[in-house]
Amino acid sequence: MGKMKNKIALSRRSFLRAGGALVISAGSPITLDTLLGIETAHAQGTKPPLTPDQLSSYIAVNADGTVSAYFGKMDMGQGLFVAIGQMVAEELDVPFGAVRVIMGDTANSVNQGGASGSTGIQLGGKQMRAAAAEARYVLVSMASAKLSIPTSELTVTDGVVHSTADPAKKVTYGELIGGRYFNVQLDWNKQIGNQLYATGKGQPKKPSEYKVVGKPIKREDIAPKVFCKEDFCTDVKVPGMIHGRMIRATIAGAVPVSVDESSIKDIPSAKVVWEKGFLGVVADKEWDAVQAAQRLKVTWSDAKPPFPDQAGLYQHIRNAPVRKREVEKQNGDVEEAFKTAARIIEAEYEWPFQSHASMGPGCALVEIKDGAVTVWTGSQKPHYVRDGVAATLGIPAEQVRAIWVPGPGSYGRNDAGDAAIDAAILAKAAGRPVRLQYMRDQGTGWDPKGPASIHRARAAVDSQGNVIAYDFLSKGFSRWDVETNESKPKDSLAGQLMGLPLQSEDAFGVPAESYEFVHKRMAWETIPPLLDRASPLRSAHLRDPVGPQIHFASESFIDEVAAALKLDPVEFRLRHVKDPRDAAVIKAAAEKSGWQSRSAPRRDQTGNKVSGRGIAYAQRNGTRVAIVAEVDIDRATGKVWARKFTVAHDCGQIINPDGLTHTIEGNIVQGISRTLWEEVTFDSGNVTTVDWITYPILDITETPERVDVVLINRPEIAPSGSGEPSIRAVAAAIANAIFDATGQRLRRVPFSPERVKAAMA
Amino acid sequence: MTRSLSINVNGKVFGITADPDMPLLYALRDDLGLNNPHFGCGLGQCGACTVHLNGEPIRSCVTPVSAVGDGKIVTLAGLGTPDNPHPLQTAYVDEQVPQCGYCINGWIMTAAAFLRDKKNPGEDEIKQALQGLKCRCGTHLSILRAVKRAAATMG
Repeated sequence: MGKMKNKIALSRRSFLRAGGALVISAGSPITLDTLLGIETAHAQGTKPPLTPDQLSSYIAVNADGTVSAYFGKMDMGQGLFVAIGQMVAEELDVPFGAVRVIMGDTANSVNQGGASGSTGIQLGGKQMRAAAAEARYVLVSMASAKLSIPTSELTVTDGVVHSTADPAKKVTYGELIGGRYFNVQLDWNKQIGNQLYATGKGQPKKPSEYKVVGKPIKREDIAPKVFCKEDFCTDVKVPGMIHGRMIRATIAGAVPVSVDESSIKDIPSAKVVWEKGFLGVVADKEWDAVQAAQRLKVTWSDAKPPFPDQAGLYQHIRNAPVRKREVEKQNGDVEEAFKTAARIIEAEYEWPFQSHASMGPGCALVEIKDGAVTVWTGSQKPHYVRDGVAATLGIPAEQVRAIWVPGPGSYGRNDAGDAAIDAAILAKAAGRPVRLQYMRDQGTGWDPKGPASIHRARAAVDSQGNVIAYDFLSKGFSRWDVETNESKPKDSLAGQLMGLPLQSEDAFGVPAESYEFVHKRMAWETIPPLLDRASPLRSAHLRDPVGPQIHFASESFIDEVAAALKLDPVEFRLRHVKDPRDAAVIKAAAEKSGWQSRSAPRRDQTGNKVSGRGIAYAQRNGTRVAIVAEVDIDRATGKVWARKFTVAHDCGQIINPDGLTHTIEGNIVQGISRTLWEEVTFDSGNVTTVDWITYPILDITETPERVDVVLINRPEIAPSGSGEPSIRAVAAAIANAIFDATGQRLRRVPFSPERVKAAMA
Repeated sequence: MTRSLSINVNGKVFGITADPDMPLLYALRDDLGLNNPHFGCGLGQCGACTVHLNGEPIRSCVTPVSAVGDGKIVTLAGLGTPDNPHPLQTAYVDEQVPQCGYCINGWIMTAAAFLRDKKNPGEDEIKQALQGLKCRCGTHLSILRAVKRAAATMG
């Protein structure tokens, strides 16, 4: 006992640092009772409240010693949960296989913002890392008390805390707390969503100590998918469930004036749910609901949405009143500098509305039972779905549980959120659980859109050929007519159809790069939305919101300036970027691709097929990416094959290089698709891109033959995102390659064969 | 009007009562409770609903259930199991192909029929065989790697 007391005296400081709910005043004697108190104070049988300031909201050690990590973000298919598992395993010193990451259920995770802004690792992982570090710290303190060994003399190996000197003296995490809950309060920054951050006293490891982080661990959710062992959101069923379908107006802005229910009287169990502009049907069988939605006779109000001619879209943007102008970056005096220019280089670029066009249309299942509402949703922000369903139904959020189940693809605020709200209204009206899935034309035609925009750039050059001023301005529809989540009824189609006006926010963005010019200005202007509510052209976040359009313009223009000055595009960029990490990605991409230096487009090609290479680079919230595209163009047809890509990617510390590489490949392919093919079209009444024929995406026959990815790992720099940065540089890299091949500059996306052919004519 | 029909799916015969014009997809998903063929477009444009009818890939979203007759339907779940996987299923896991994974029925079921009939196909032949199928996440590169890997296994 004496020996033990001695140990205790030695380790007293560590007890005092243990924190948590336990408070020991500096002068109080340490007794055995106090020691036991340390353990019980850190662990309890009942779960503390699910609040962001509780360690138990993030980490639990199960009875078998495995770890559950409750994550308030979720994986949209890039393997984020693997990376989170690696970060948690690393900090806790447990095997990777002992960690299970549980995502997106509002009953067991706090709102960390859902999938949002490529922050899964950058912010979500940061929080999980902090929580896991604190859990380890607490567990080691508990072990110290139990083993009567100072924390400084303890080591953790695979979830076993043992004496560093004598590994036989040990206790497992499972023995310490398994099956009970941490009772440890964190220092929470009082934010929810992406910015939520709550830390304890445990410090995360140094990168030099990493054993699991940085390893290419594979996803385990692939096998369940290929063997059909896992349900998508669309597959969830509950007893008594019926099916819903929505009916959308043929002419945007029209609302039902009369509904002839007798037109579906032959369809068993079909019922109409109609409230103001909201119109849907439910039926016991899915096919009956589909049929009822098709057959229901509806008289619609006259409506003439103020849509411009498709061909006049960009002129509309040019002429539209500016609702908000913001100069985000400015140095020097751009206007004065332009007055002194020996030469001015100018160009304007155009980017269309684009659709999420997820693989399947939005789907949700809502069950209302004894006042409690459960929503199964594919939305990438289930915590906000909970709030939105509660507000729509007029009940407290505590009565709603939203469970994220993987949906048919998600790249932002797509139609999944609207589906959840619609399903809730149908379920309440029907008095039965309702599964709703939209039809294809509703998914592509009525999803929130990436905004259309124009971008004007000009550079002032002095008589020696130096760029003295650079001015970049985007003008377009706001990046969010509806919010980035569905937490407020005003941001849902249902809310707007039932009378809530659109409350469009004004936001856009500017190029993210580090080009240094003495006089430089980067600004944006937003214009009013076309329709004041329930518009099929309402804008919202689509993968890398406004990034592809801005950087298509800015990185095409940098190339135009280089060409005007007869400089190689890589050389010109390296001359002007001031951030060394930016220079590093540009150099890495150029080197890996075998970049051929040229100060003017190729003129050596005479056949029908011409080839070229182009580069583009960008930053995004800490991440840097440079892309070299190599393209072949069929001069007879105008068809572009984006044949090869070389991507240099620096997102700081790499958690999982395998997942990262796949994520980058997906960005590149989706980026090619959006550059070459994607354009939402509309007529005077509605959006006319409603399926895969009218809204084509990149076909498998058009796949690049190769995408080389150069990962630049910087373990000492906190990880930034990878879900979106690489898509933003794709369009300009392709445009610059087309210029190299043909000498022609394409300034309007998409680069359809007709447009490419016309440009070369 | 509904009528009684029997369909042979993954080696078992099921009796259902359905509108003969109802697409097979709804019978598989709703009447039989299979979670693998997906509704992607209902127009035969994307492939998410693809199943085999007598060994040939069909789009179940535009195939009336009555048109199946006594033909043999095989879905992705019937193609292979974890214990006895089809080479494409193994290759999909090895190559970590899907992101969201909603499209996989189209690619795997179409490629399975193609690789059964065509040994050692070239890359262009693989691409042609898969033309028209959709993947919105942009996993095209992984899909091609997996099909090539499976082709090598299948000899």
